[in-house]
Amino acid sequence: MPVRVGIAVFPGTWSERDCQHAVTLAGGEAVFLWHKERTLRGCDLLILPGGFAHGDYLRAGAIAAFSPLMEEVKEFARRGGPVLGICNGFQILCEAGMLPGALLRNQGLQFRCQPTHLRVESGQGPFMSQLPVASVLSIPISHGEGRYFADAPTLDRLKEEGRVAFRYCSQEGELGSNHNPNGSVDAIAGILNAQGNVLGMMPHPERACEPLLGSADGLQLFSAVLPQLVSR
Amino acid sequence: MTRAPSPAVLRELALTEEEYQRSAQLLGRIPNPLELGMLGAMWSEHCSYKTSKRLLRELPTRGDRVVLGPGENAGVVDLGDSLLCCFKIESHNHPSAIEPVQGAATGVGGILRDVFAMGARPVALLDAIRFGDPRDRLQRHRLARVVEGIGFYGNCIGVPTVGGETYFSQEYAGNCLVNAMCVGVTTRARLVRAVAAGVGNPVLLVGADTGRDGIHGATFASVQLDDLAEERRPAVQVGNPFLEKCLMEACLELCGHEALVGLQDCGAAGLTSSCSEMAKRGGVGIEIDVAEVGRRESGMTPYEVMLSESQERMVLVVERGREAEIQRVFERWDLRSDVIGRVIAEPELRVLDRGQEVGVLPLSVLVDGFSERRPPAAMPESVLTARSEDPCALTPPWGLEEAWLRLLASPNCADTTWVHRQYDHQVGDDTVWGPGSDAAVLRFKGRPDGIAITVDGAHRCSLLYPARGAAMAVAEGLRNLAVAGAEPLALTNCLNFGDPDQPAVMWQLEEAVQGLAEAATELGIPVVSGNVSLYNDYQGESIPPTPVVGLVGQLAISGLPPGPAFRASEDRIVLLGEGAPSLTGSEYQRLTQSGVSGPAPDLDLARERAQAALVRELVHSGILHSAHDLSVGGLALALTKGCVLGGLGALVRLPSPESSSNRPGDPYQALFGEGSGRYLLTVSPDGMSTLEAACRRSKVPLTDLGLVGGEVISFSGLARISLNQARDVLEQSLPELMESR
Repeated sequence: MPVRVGIAVFPGTWSERDCQHAVTLAGGEAVFLWHKERTLRGCDLLILPGGFAHGDYLRAGAIAAFSPLMEEVKEFARRGGPVLGICNGFQILCEAGMLPGALLRNQGLQFRCQPTHLRVESGQGPFMSQLPVASVLSIPISHGEGRYFADAPTLDRLKEEGRVAFRYCSQEGELGSNHNPNGSVDAIAGILNAQGNVLGMMPHPERACEPLLGSADGLQLFSAVLPQLVSR
Repeated sequence: MTRAPSPAVLRELALTEEEYQRSAQLLGRIPNPLELGMLGAMWSEHCSYKTSKRLLRELPTRGDRVVLGPGENAGVVDLGDSLLCCFKIESHNHPSAIEPVQGAATGVGGILRDVFAMGARPVALLDAIRFGDPRDRLQRHRLARVVEGIGFYGNCIGVPTVGGETYFSQEYAGNCLVNAMCVGVTTRARLVRAVAAGVGNPVLLVGADTGRDGIHGATFASVQLDDLAEERRPAVQVGNPFLEKCLMEACLELCGHEALVGLQDCGAAGLTSSCSEMAKRGGVGIEIDVAEVGRRESGMTPYEVMLSESQERMVLVVERGREAEIQRVFERWDLRSDVIGRVIAEPELRVLDRGQEVGVLPLSVLVDGFSERRPPAAMPESVLTARSEDPCALTPPWGLEEAWLRLLASPNCADTTWVHRQYDHQVGDDTVWGPGSDAAVLRFKGRPDGIAITVDGAHRCSLLYPARGAAMAVAEGLRNLAVAGAEPLALTNCLNFGDPDQPAVMWQLEEAVQGLAEAATELGIPVVSGNVSLYNDYQGESIPPTPVVGLVGQLAISGLPPGPAFRASEDRIVLLGEGAPSLTGSEYQRLTQSGVSGPAPDLDLARERAQAALVRELVHSGILHSAHDLSVGGLALALTKGCVLGGLGALVRLPSPESSSNRPGDPYQALFGEGSGRYLLTVSPDGMSTLEAACRRSKVPLTDLGLVGGEVISFSGLARISLNQARDVLEQSLPELMESR
């Protein structure tokens, strides 16, 4: 039985089919979960995909965070279920209080769609445990509000607890402002919750699953997490 | 003779006194104000094509792969195995000149609706945008805001912007061009027509509430921009991509539903146009009760409801008694859907307000009653003089090296990453080649094939040779597809011209359509959709003739096509084809001389076709290390790009003198000359003999130019620039310009 992966669909979501494709490539079975539903249909892993849920009105992810489905997602995460928020999904996780901090307008105020390099910073939790720390992944971004921000005490805690998942870096893994595409604090591209089972990231791993499209590094993320869930 | 309303009123409606008289005569009575408003919109150039229609009949529209040609919301071609491809290009020039963000955004929104109205899921967007000199602050502002608007809509709705063309020239300073193209895919079973049928069937309006925005948008598009343009800002609509995303998903969910009879986008001239066109296609009529139309604001008159161009609305005809099945889908997406009328047997558009008839127009009058215009056309004398000048005769103002660097720094040659990194070009997970490539390439998941798409504007020589310039755009599109390995299926076109009441503009239009028709016929690329945008004119100055063509081709996807980047030291650099480089209308001429002058650039359509077939074959054979077509910037730009993208220098010789037509051996002409029929290729030394044999077999000439390698791009010992310098100039010019104050 393949792992069942639930992909949330809000009005305005647009990367649900891309995530479905990535999940299928990694050997999983994707199921779409409509935002008004109150069931997760027995899924082993949840993805909150990219897009502009509810038009990102008010603030990116602010309205989606109050969806009926999100109550189920929170309960699933509380019980240790793995949840991956990509781009708009990351914004929703922050708005829902499942991850600390916020995503602000990019430095320079422009939308950015471009390749980026990510340094793996943590080995915690189901998403990160199979990725070698300090390895570099080529995964693109596509967002207008992806500048991660958190106050100093929160940042200190994230760093102490090994919860910074990815940082923007050069191809060689060096940090620096010219490798940070949106001005994120500390070049943070993705973070984990305290238990390590919830990952939020701005880059789109589902767009980097085939060499034909420029990179297959994103597939590592899906391929790493799915086998761990078979035994559940 | 009936007494016409005042000239001011008629002008507001974009009707002439004669047209007013004609309508009264056809109707046998005086039209009331509502009817006049509807007539003004439908008889406007924008909706009726009254000036261009007779010319467009010359375009070839049939082909083995054509499923639906012009006349529908978008053209449709067959990709095989039940997959169809649906596409169209459209202009949004005037709105973008006045309110760049929303003008461009709603241009994208409108073309998306045209495609999903056919039951096709949009998979790609492209844009052709033209502005004045970006050293001028206003022009930079327009570019930045147009890019923002295109990105705002496309990024939010989740359709990738995979390509386009950005061009700058002083002539577009008053009237910028914003053309948006959308490509979608569907199957035969899901294809929907924009047709009304079945007397008694209900007519539904779905999506956004109807407001006062955009009233007279169609008429506004049909008059010149003037200093009062600012006051017309309310005629520009405001886009809501989120709403359109929901509308698109709901409509796509319904395509293939047996209760859905017809689907039409509600664009220019609003309900008036969408209902009358649907009825016309179905040979029936439609009755609308404006009281049933959901309003955004109170106190709207029937006139305002019928002519509102509020965005994100679609009109549906559904089977009577099955409304609920359809409406349930819209409810799921939290969209309003209202039954606003019904199909009637009489071929007319009947407007009611709370059951009382307030206007009725036979479709024979409303849709077909306008009279075609034939404004006089005449070639200006200045054209003849300019044609006879020799662009090579002038002493170059710069040495070869300096000229080369200045060319690279021109915004028409420089790298446009600054523009396209603001567009999501990857969503959908199918983009093999994105913006900045010769053509965009998309694969289809689960199929061995994909499509290549390109948008190309007419060459600048069009000012003197409108037919040649238009044909050259089609040939360039063909070459762009060829280097991607794609065979052309069909094309869509957007004819951007000035004020057709100027004989010179009418001459340009007639010539250009003829050139387009000839190229499309000779190259075997039928025209399946299009749009005409006239009155691109500011303070009496018309834009240069600017037909823009969008080509769609099909290719087998086995791996990445070679692309323009040089790959390895010691590779041989060759020029395939024998088109003579010409400075007429070239970027070099734009930078060094005022105006366009010189003989017509060569174009041999039969040769183009044969060469494209050979290049496709070579691309798929795998022997090419790089392939790039020569266009703006000529050999100098193609060579520099190959070097910079590959991180390798090159040592090249002047192509043999015989290949230069009017001034043998002129290095300026060889380096900067443009024109058709040439490709820059690289192959490994081992691959050279295979390449030569293939070219011999196809009787296509091949010129050995030199070798890849080193840190310098060197040209016949006459000029050399370092790779780093070339890279800096190409990559930094546009960002530096755009970030300057």
